[in-house]
Amino acid sequence: MSLELTRDPAHLRHGSNIGQPLTRRDGVLKVKGQARYAADNHPPAMLYAVIAVSTIARGRVTSLDVDAAKRYPGVVDVMTPSHKPPLAEDPDGKPNPFAFKMELLQNDEVRYANQAIAVVIAETLEAATEGAALLSPQYHIEPARVGLDGAESYAPPVVGIGNPAEVRHGDVDVALAGASNRIEATYETPAQYHNAMEPHAMVASWDGDKLSIDTPSQGMAMAQMRLGGLLGIPPVNIHIRSPFLGGGFGSKGLVSGPQVLGIMAAKLVGRPVKLVLRRDQMYGPVGHRPPTRQTLRIGTDGEGRLTAIDHHAKVTTSTFDDFYEPAADASHTRYASPAIKTSHEAVRVDTGTPLFMRAPGEATGSIALESAIDEIAVACGMDPLDFRLKNYAEVEPISGKPFSSKALRQCYAKGAERFGWAGRPLAPRQMRDDDGFLVGWGMGTATFPALMFQAQARAVIRSDGSGVMESGAHDMGQGAWTALAQIAADGLGLGIDQVEFRSGTSDLPDAGIAGGSAHTATAGAAIHNAGAAVIAKLADLATNDEHSPLFGAGNAGVIAREGRLFRRDDEARSESYADILTRAGVAEIEASGGGAADPAAQSSYAMHAHGAVFAEVKVDPELGQVRVTRLVGAFAAGRIINPRLVQSQLFGGMIWGVSFALHEEAVMDHRSGRILNANLAEYHIPVNADVPSLDVLTVDEHDPHVNALGIKGVGEIGVTGSAGAVANAVWHATGVRVRRFPIRIDDLLTRL
Amino acid sequence: MMNFDYVRPLTVAEAVAAASEKGATYLASGTNLLDLMKGGVCHPSRLVDVTRLPGLDRVEYLADGGVRIGALVRNADLAHDAEFARAFPSVAEALLSGASAQLRNAATVGGNVLQRTRCAYFYDAPSACNKRWPGAGCDARHGENRLHAVLGWSEACIATHPSDFCVPLVALDAVVEIEGKSGRREVALEALHRLPGDTPQRETLLERGDLIVALRLPAEARGFAAHARYIKVRERTSYAFAVVSAAASLRIEQGTIREARLALGGVAAKPWRARAAEQVLAGAAPDAAGFREAARIALADAKPSGDNAFKIELAERIVVRALTLATAGTPARIPALPGSPFSSGVRHVA
Repeated sequence: MSLELTRDPAHLRHGSNIGQPLTRRDGVLKVKGQARYAADNHPPAMLYAVIAVSTIARGRVTSLDVDAAKRYPGVVDVMTPSHKPPLAEDPDGKPNPFAFKMELLQNDEVRYANQAIAVVIAETLEAATEGAALLSPQYHIEPARVGLDGAESYAPPVVGIGNPAEVRHGDVDVALAGASNRIEATYETPAQYHNAMEPHAMVASWDGDKLSIDTPSQGMAMAQMRLGGLLGIPPVNIHIRSPFLGGGFGSKGLVSGPQVLGIMAAKLVGRPVKLVLRRDQMYGPVGHRPPTRQTLRIGTDGEGRLTAIDHHAKVTTSTFDDFYEPAADASHTRYASPAIKTSHEAVRVDTGTPLFMRAPGEATGSIALESAIDEIAVACGMDPLDFRLKNYAEVEPISGKPFSSKALRQCYAKGAERFGWAGRPLAPRQMRDDDGFLVGWGMGTATFPALMFQAQARAVIRSDGSGVMESGAHDMGQGAWTALAQIAADGLGLGIDQVEFRSGTSDLPDAGIAGGSAHTATAGAAIHNAGAAVIAKLADLATNDEHSPLFGAGNAGVIAREGRLFRRDDEARSESYADILTRAGVAEIEASGGGAADPAAQSSYAMHAHGAVFAEVKVDPELGQVRVTRLVGAFAAGRIINPRLVQSQLFGGMIWGVSFALHEEAVMDHRSGRILNANLAEYHIPVNADVPSLDVLTVDEHDPHVNALGIKGVGEIGVTGSAGAVANAVWHATGVRVRRFPIRIDDLLTRL
Repeated sequence: MMNFDYVRPLTVAEAVAAASEKGATYLASGTNLLDLMKGGVCHPSRLVDVTRLPGLDRVEYLADGGVRIGALVRNADLAHDAEFARAFPSVAEALLSGASAQLRNAATVGGNVLQRTRCAYFYDAPSACNKRWPGAGCDARHGENRLHAVLGWSEACIATHPSDFCVPLVALDAVVEIEGKSGRREVALEALHRLPGDTPQRETLLERGDLIVALRLPAEARGFAAHARYIKVRERTSYAFAVVSAAASLRIEQGTIREARLALGGVAAKPWRARAAEQVLAGAAPDAAGFREAARIALADAKPSGDNAFKIELAERIVVRALTLATAGTPARIPALPGSPFSSGVRHVA
């Protein structure tokens, strides 16, 4: 897919596109309502599908009044366990570690509230909605297992994707026994559910064994593989269009069950079908962040040097699949300690399977760890920043590997200076503003791994001198259409307006998954390499052509810039791309490139982005209401492709941190297992009035090891550190340490 | 959706007739009702759209000093009516502390008075709720109930009335004008909403077909304009219902409280007028000890209905705060964060 993109006249460019703060090139399309999201598509003869969902959390569906639904005017068909197209693969199978079980009407079992139990297909959305209501399901109900104490716990086999559930480095028990200062504290974080503005949507059209779908995806190639397996068709037969996502945050990384049900419904009725989740239907089948209960035991010597960190996390997972939020792993990389132990235990409860949600593990783990570090600093009588500097990790603590780059010291220094941290009283409850509100300052360290997946790109230079770059990337709102086009322009030695950047569909080269904060790095590396490859081909043409001013220069002696190749040793000798290709009689040349992690570098270095977040809160000393008044984040994340987009990502992450600390919580009835606030009125996230002026600084960092472009990624790091900084500021304002999140009025009220 | 009749009468008499049938419900802007219908909580067979009824969208300043607010006046229009905000500042502040700008632009004052509880179990159709299904039971009573009622609740229902607007209105003796099958009548707003008892499905004393056509504030309500505040504690700064709120209005002469008006929100199935506390305040000096005593009296009958004992303590403190701020004086302008504790300082008056 190629877009009519904005040509922003406001920015200045000085040769390089990378590093320029371009506005989103798809911004005008979005403002004018011309950006077509998945659910905006209406192929001819399309029908509407609505899923009927279970109102119980555990049991079996014993009856559905299919006839009543079918009698309703406009209802075309009702898909049920006994009436559905066959699947080629068991949806409860695990063909690979990234395949999570889904509910595709394979049986009458209910394993969480809001699970799909039927799909009603109708001529109108209203008829399908009413048809779903008329199914009046009857159930055999079994008692729901709810919450962290809802069942017996066990040691999970792995956490995250393949990480060991328990890691030991040194002996924490011995170190704690000999520690001069010790703290032990238990923190609880709530279940959080995905609320991207755009709910999951599917518009599916079949043509024989070929499938054409519009659906938001953070990983189209993986979606093709998964769907191909389930549907029994070659992945290449599936054409996905996903030019824009209204937010993903991990919930659209893997195809969800309801999306597949939309495809099955289209198969069943032989017509295109649209299926869009209602807001409340997102609270179940699309992944969530599970609740955690984390216990930290930390010890230091007499001078405030860490001697032990023991981080244990209890998490929930579903009864039928395995994903374990790797919360304790946050302690692997942050602080130098000769003894570190991280461990996990898990409880199976009647929810959907928890999955990736912005900074999975890092967000939950860091709010606990950063709170605990604050507590041990207090125990040592030290300023929290001094404590962190004293325990600065020069090498990755858990592995002993050197960092590929780590400008965290500069982040601490710059962030503290901008915030005005110096002069912060050590004791809590020392500061008041002119109006009498308690004022507190807190900080947290941010980290997120610099990951790389695998991606491909294809580059073309045409005889009119323009270029094309293709990579099926995913713009979730973060700005891939813009940042990757900037990399493409530099890779092709062209201005950004001379490059047609094609993206957002599955027939383009696989750009890998847009997750793990790795999309710009991975797809960017592929684009960079594809550009270099096509320039090399062009240089071959020119330097082997005796009519070219570049004849004989050889590849190494040529550089590409502004649509021309120049002799490196004599810039007076150059030739335009158009002239080279025209004389050679070639309409266009093309080349491909890949992006992937360098295994040698990965085994030699620990690779992480870093940051420091400083928060100021004010607390009403009698009513307990908390308000964040300032938030400063300083981040070192390798090379910055587009400072404006990066700032936006970090803002968003930091606001998410405020949400984590003060607002966000799914409330589940402890008896029924139903979520009671599955809507945006009652599932609180910060509103504009809750967000203070935010200040984001980035620290220059040149990392030669992470990838050719030196990119580390910024999608998730903003969440980490921020939540802990806010929580620590609440303590500093009040002297009350709240260890259950979000911090509520009732947690403070009687302790103020 | 279930099919339903939709009628748009042009006169109040036609509206009352149309709504007198079983299953009929009035529709104004629908900011609450349509959500309830979509969520399967309400199933009216007929919607009587009153938004085109003539003459109900005006704010009239009466010769006797009172004000008559047509039921179709939008929340935002009333709050931004400069004369109204000057005369009844706590009402304007309460209005602006509610919902979001978009909702306030749409929502009518009549609808505001009749909005339904935000109890999650009321909205969650599969849960047992005596309001939705009399006799079904109350899943909130032993459920997730940290935000539920602490005053006037019963075993049958522990829901709260969520309106901000109604709290200062009830404190200021607002009157509701009702048009019904047998003509026009008036009731005090304080009497409009019922406590749940054994019949929580009966939320007001309105009979079938009754239409609220106006709200009236008496001239005496102007007497509090110099010392009137609405303070609302909520879980985020905007677009959230009150955990607890209080409207305090004082008439202070020569350093003495001549008359006090006090009401609480978020604590009961109705906006809660604290008359006993008002009586203690009348004639007393506006000081912290007196305010604490008034708060204690206001909450004397409170008891937790679940995991919400903190609301009693919080309510007492909000009463003290609202009285303190009212004593300090009504701000010249409605604060940028209406109702928020952060809109004013916490330094105490002596």
